[in-house]
Amino acid sequence: MNFSVNFPLFSVVLCLMSAVISCVLPGRAARRLSLVLSLAVSITSGMLFAHILRTDQAVTYLMGHYPHPWGNELRISLLEPLFAMAFSAVLFLCLLGGRKHLAEDLEPAKSNLYYVMADLVLSALLVLVYTNDIFTGYVFIEICTLSSCGLLMIRQWGRTTLASVRYLIFSLLGSGLFLLGVVLLYNVTGHLLMPDLRLSVSELWANGRYTLPITAAICLITVGIAVKSGLFPFHFWMPDTYGYATPSSSGILSGLISKGYIFFLIKIIFDVFGTNVFYESGVHNVLFAFGAMGIVVGSVSAMRENDIFRMIAYSSAAQIGYIYLGIGISPEAGILAALFHILTHAVTKPPLFLAAARLCDVAGGKKRFADLQGAAWSNHLAGAAFTAGAFSMIGLPLTMGFISKYLFALSAFRANIKMVPTLIILALSTVLNTLYFARTVLRIYGHPSGTPAGVMPVRKQRSYAAAAILFAVFNFAAGVAASPLIDILERGLAMF
Amino acid sequence: MLQSLWNNRIQCAAVILFAIGFSTLLLNRNLIKKIIGLNIMDTAVFLFLTSIGYIRGRLAPIVSEGAATYSAYVNPIPAGLVLTGIVVSVSVTAVMLALTIRLYQRYHTLNLDEIYMQALREQEEHE
Repeated sequence: MNFSVNFPLFSVVLCLMSAVISCVLPGRAARRLSLVLSLAVSITSGMLFAHILRTDQAVTYLMGHYPHPWGNELRISLLEPLFAMAFSAVLFLCLLGGRKHLAEDLEPAKSNLYYVMADLVLSALLVLVYTNDIFTGYVFIEICTLSSCGLLMIRQWGRTTLASVRYLIFSLLGSGLFLLGVVLLYNVTGHLLMPDLRLSVSELWANGRYTLPITAAICLITVGIAVKSGLFPFHFWMPDTYGYATPSSSGILSGLISKGYIFFLIKIIFDVFGTNVFYESGVHNVLFAFGAMGIVVGSVSAMRENDIFRMIAYSSAAQIGYIYLGIGISPEAGILAALFHILTHAVTKPPLFLAAARLCDVAGGKKRFADLQGAAWSNHLAGAAFTAGAFSMIGLPLTMGFISKYLFALSAFRANIKMVPTLIILALSTVLNTLYFARTVLRIYGHPSGTPAGVMPVRKQRSYAAAAILFAVFNFAAGVAASPLIDILERGLAMF
Repeated sequence: MLQSLWNNRIQCAAVILFAIGFSTLLLNRNLIKKIIGLNIMDTAVFLFLTSIGYIRGRLAPIVSEGAATYSAYVNPIPAGLVLTGIVVSVSVTAVMLALTIRLYQRYHTLNLDEIYMQALREQEEHE
């Protein structure tokens, strides 16, 4: 067995240990440790990904070599290392790009604690991606909730504290539902490991026994994760949470954490319930409906918003809607589109938040659209990064956003009755996205109202420049040459 | 139907408790009561787990003389899950309480609506 299959466990342990060590390190050292850690995790995940791609075989990693009804396991197929790599790379870029605002928003004496939380978030995301045990998943969902709440409330501001309370309340409602679902499932099957659960669920379902508890468990788990990731009727915490956090945190929360939960849900759909049972239970129709409503409501709310951060946050609500729409369409093409959109959103939303923060800085810290008039002329880099992100969100060709929309449309054609509503929603949301993002881009490139501030040179914002450029490069590279990525996602889904 | 409800009465009670805790956490405006609701919700899940892990007449899974077959013992995993759940619940409660203290020190009220109104006003003055 290749040595690289040990990397996931090492990465998780390393993250937890770095979090502990960062508690006593000075802020600068903690920051460096977090950056090195996320980069290292990304690189090792990449090596593992290459290994799995070469051997084309999924690996089940037994912890302590205890065989399956007893032990705890990690599962490594093609998708897990890919998403671990993407998530840790995005975390790295978020921490790198938001450096200036982190320095302003954190109390110097407590700044190391922010990186403790970042390390914990990374460990939780890795476990959510890799784990093969549903209860371990639950524990790390809670760790993820608490540490992301820490990322939020580190900014000592009334609105931010309030936003973190609301975020925490909704997250706890979600994890309570999830836990009840897991307990019900355990009650019926007697297993917690995903392969065993899947065997017994499909057997019970085929014999028509315990159909009601299994359906209830599917509903509870799905609704729990939908609440936590902010699907339509539960998206009210989003604008406050993303709008008042420090930009790095907004990027991490919108681009990674909600996506980590959704990836875990997709894993549960495949490995616990099996796609047959899940799609026979009818829960996917509910996800489809709420996803569609989320897209429309999120986009309309974004249009009516007057604050650039809250606008981007509402647009996140719409993007979450897309992902659930994909899950609702079909287990093959629909989930493929959903997975691709997770990646798209993870490389598009964080640079938008980071760029918006830079633009607001040039406008003297104001976040209203009226104050941002012509802001891009004072900071060319942030303007360009914002425009690139906006193009991807609208879905212009050459960007990942375009490929996402293409995949959603493709999956719609294979779904009989959902085809027309999906296409209508896609068209409508593209128009709405274009309206509010084009409005913003035109505004920031408008004629400056007052006397223009001096131009912010690139060399004064090196770390931001690196992050913004890398995000844009990923976005366009995956948008231009999307077919290898789509192939890999397809193979990964078959291997899941 | 009634018979099966009676047979599963502890689980039914747990689900009712869960609903009470859930709605308190969701709907009550008072932060402390929300935290109480959260704890009721978690405890309901633990009650559910403990009740399915308990079999009348069986022993705790500690191997001792006398009982040699596994049928004499209960499955220890539900108890282990409850313990893990309690740890999670305690830490979540601690974070919620810390946030509540911070909000109370700033706004001198526990009512979420009032805090929200004050925060809005504060922001308008700020701008």
